[in-house]
Amino acid sequence: MKRFWCLFFMIWPVLALYVCWIAPQMGWWFPFNGPTGMKAASPLGERIDDLFYMILYITTATFVGTQIALGYVLFKGAAATDEGNTEKAWYSHGSHNLEVIWTIVPACVLLFIALYQMDVWAQYRVKDSFPSETKQGAIAEVTARQFEWRIRYPGLGPDGKPLPLMPEPQPTDLYTVNDLHAVVGKAVMIILETQDVQHSFFLPELRVKQDAVPGLDIPVWFKASKSGDYTLLCAELCGWGHYKMKARMVAETEDKYLEFLQKLTKSQNYDGVPETPAEGAPVASAAE
Amino acid sequence: MSTVDPAIVTTGGHGHADDHGHGHGHHGSFISTYVFSTDHKMIGKQFLITTLLMLMVGGALALGVRWQLAFRWEAMPIFGQLFPAQGGQIPPEFYTMLVTMHASVMIFLVIIPILAGAFGNFLIPLMIGADDMAFPILNMLSYWFMWPAIFCFGMSFLQAGYGAAGGWTSYPLLSALPEAAPGSGSAQTWWLFGLTFVGFSSMMGSINYMTTIINMRAPGMTLFRMPLTIWAMFITAILQSFALPVLTAAGFMLVADRMLGTCFFIPSGIVVNDTDPTVGGGQPLLWQHLFWFYSHPAVYIMLLPAMGMVSDMLACMSRKPIFGYKPMVYSMAAIAGLGFIVWGHHMFTSGMNPALGMTFMVSTVMIALPSAVKVFNWIGTMWGGRLVFNTVMLNCIAFVSMFIVGGLSGIFMAAVPVDIYIHDTYFIVAHFHYVLFGATLFGCFAGIVFWFPKMYGRLMNEKLGKLHFFLTFIGFNGTFFPMHLLGVSGMPRRYADPYLHPYLEHLLPMNQFMTCCAILMGFSQFILLFNFFYSRKFGPKCGRNPWNANGLEWTAPSPPGHGNFESVPICHRGPYEYSDPKHSEDFWLQTDPPAKRGDGPATVAAH
Repeated sequence: MKRFWCLFFMIWPVLALYVCWIAPQMGWWFPFNGPTGMKAASPLGERIDDLFYMILYITTATFVGTQIALGYVLFKGAAATDEGNTEKAWYSHGSHNLEVIWTIVPACVLLFIALYQMDVWAQYRVKDSFPSETKQGAIAEVTARQFEWRIRYPGLGPDGKPLPLMPEPQPTDLYTVNDLHAVVGKAVMIILETQDVQHSFFLPELRVKQDAVPGLDIPVWFKASKSGDYTLLCAELCGWGHYKMKARMVAETEDKYLEFLQKLTKSQNYDGVPETPAEGAPVASAAE
Repeated sequence: MSTVDPAIVTTGGHGHADDHGHGHGHHGSFISTYVFSTDHKMIGKQFLITTLLMLMVGGALALGVRWQLAFRWEAMPIFGQLFPAQGGQIPPEFYTMLVTMHASVMIFLVIIPILAGAFGNFLIPLMIGADDMAFPILNMLSYWFMWPAIFCFGMSFLQAGYGAAGGWTSYPLLSALPEAAPGSGSAQTWWLFGLTFVGFSSMMGSINYMTTIINMRAPGMTLFRMPLTIWAMFITAILQSFALPVLTAAGFMLVADRMLGTCFFIPSGIVVNDTDPTVGGGQPLLWQHLFWFYSHPAVYIMLLPAMGMVSDMLACMSRKPIFGYKPMVYSMAAIAGLGFIVWGHHMFTSGMNPALGMTFMVSTVMIALPSAVKVFNWIGTMWGGRLVFNTVMLNCIAFVSMFIVGGLSGIFMAAVPVDIYIHDTYFIVAHFHYVLFGATLFGCFAGIVFWFPKMYGRLMNEKLGKLHFFLTFIGFNGTFFPMHLLGVSGMPRRYADPYLHPYLEHLLPMNQFMTCCAILMGFSQFILLFNFFYSRKFGPKCGRNPWNANGLEWTAPSPPGHGNFESVPICHRGPYEYSDPKHSEDFWLQTDPPAKRGDGPATVAAH
């Protein structure tokens, strides 16, 4: 029976490793429905994935090592009580050298892991390290509320280009709900706010997450590497409808983006009098 | 020896078990023996039984959560009868309540009180050779302050919204503005009062433990001859007493925000559910800082005692001294010390100053180091031992094996950039369940079986114990291991219906599998309860030292009478002198006088 238990404790790590091994093929890995498949849809996201894999390799090696060590001592300890084996257990209070080794080696590995992460974090969150494209200002203000995302874009100027986004709402501003548009292949910045409780702006395919904190305006930047529709959802418990703060982030070319803003302007300025009876229904869902 | 107590808490006793029979002549009434007892052993047992019952409550709440994730919006059998919604369905506001109350019950009414309250109370005086705690009445109060807490949490269920639903972290403004959610009204207020009472209870316990351990050790029980359980309890008590006031203060601030119109956490201009804008001036991030300043150390409060207990049991069941006694003590102290400067890793995505993210990352990653040292030492303890594969040992090995997973998955979240993605996904849910259930609860299961003979003078059933372990272990891994994968798939936590989002749709079958495992795990706990209550009455009687262990508690009668020891025990050596070649037996009680000059006090448990 004791060997059964030794085996029992060795089977589960093998199973765990196997499940992790087949996970990507089974779809139990990074989200794969987006335009870029399982690959992160932003350059920073790819770097985050690289860091994830680096930690995964280090921890897997440690996991395998410790489980093998555990298995070894278990089988050996089980054999020590076999019939006819009367020898006492090894009387040892430890080993100073081993303690030093297994303190210093993990310390170095852990410190390396920590320091190696700094760069990506700085790029993501420290404003001085943001990409230069974001210095032109935010493209939209995203306001979370129970249970939707309200997005305020600056209106289009006379030259057909978007005006700068003002901190306070302007008469020319354009509004959408649950529909964030951004230019593909370009780092764009949004200002994240919340109207009520705390929410979190989560773009899983781009590996972007930032809480929207009441009373704070938080700049968030991201860069979609391929055009298409991406998932946007809330990652911080915000009430009973937390699960249904479903929205999309559309990454599109500059032309399409401007076209979208023009359409939005048109539908928002729509005064109820159709120019031609056939068309003129609002194109985008406008709020307020 | 006296007969085994017919009842512990309130029911069915009739006084004959007062006779503890070894000369102390202590005769109390039923009330003073079983209800308002000042005996640390009775208080420990009261805590143990209360927390085991709460474990079932928390487990039932968890099964509600799992049901919804597997069979969303379908009527839940059995438990569904208790639900207010029609036909036993789980509406989303009820789901967030389940999530919140599951965590609250498990953390505040199970894990913290079972470790400090049950095992701390029962073991500290016995293991250091004291006759009772330093402040027995305070000790009694620490148990009885649990009941107002249970009452308040219970009242929370009866309010609008059927319970607090702001998460166990209760982040404002969801928890600060009553209009924010159905459960944010009086349910949240009751919840906060409950939390405060739990705090009182823990604080009374902590002061008692510290005082007792410092002042009441038996002659010869130097600090470095204390069992690691006692070290762990000591360090935990220190952690608790330093961190808890912050949470209590924060709780009062939140109550004031809710009831007295203050604005500690409420900024201006917030409109919730079309109410008037708030006046404000406060900052919700302040709550997060205060909350995690307590609740991160609390994670170690929920782990360190189990680490200590497992160290003791592993050494005993390996028939070997603990490997690296002093490194074990120092690493626990390091975990406790570092535990105070890592709270910000819960807030990487919160919008706090990004420079803090970097400093908190370094301290957080470094806290993995003492944890790693402990794991290596546990494996070292088993290395070359004569392992006894009984229920105690199996649960202890599971503790080590599961703690490795929980520790390693922590590194992913400690790394800030990776945390951006996996923060608030099921990855974190997997991580803390591996630590709190996989490590702590398996440690507690081992502890229950190990010290049960000392509590009741009888052994627990070994077959049932192994069956319970087997089913729990399989159910546990089947439930929680796939959560890592859900996390990597980007499934956010606390979602009543994740499959609303197309990129999560394909995870439904996996969630159904996990729910089946959770049901298996939940129902296996009845085996533990049955074994516990059955063995208390019908288990085989045992002597003082059924495990051939070394600690002082094994020199007392089983169960010990009032005052614990017949005479003051004198401690001659460390607690881990197993298989000493100089000694004929493979264990050497701490109280055994040294055979000849020189091999007594010199052979302390470490070098």
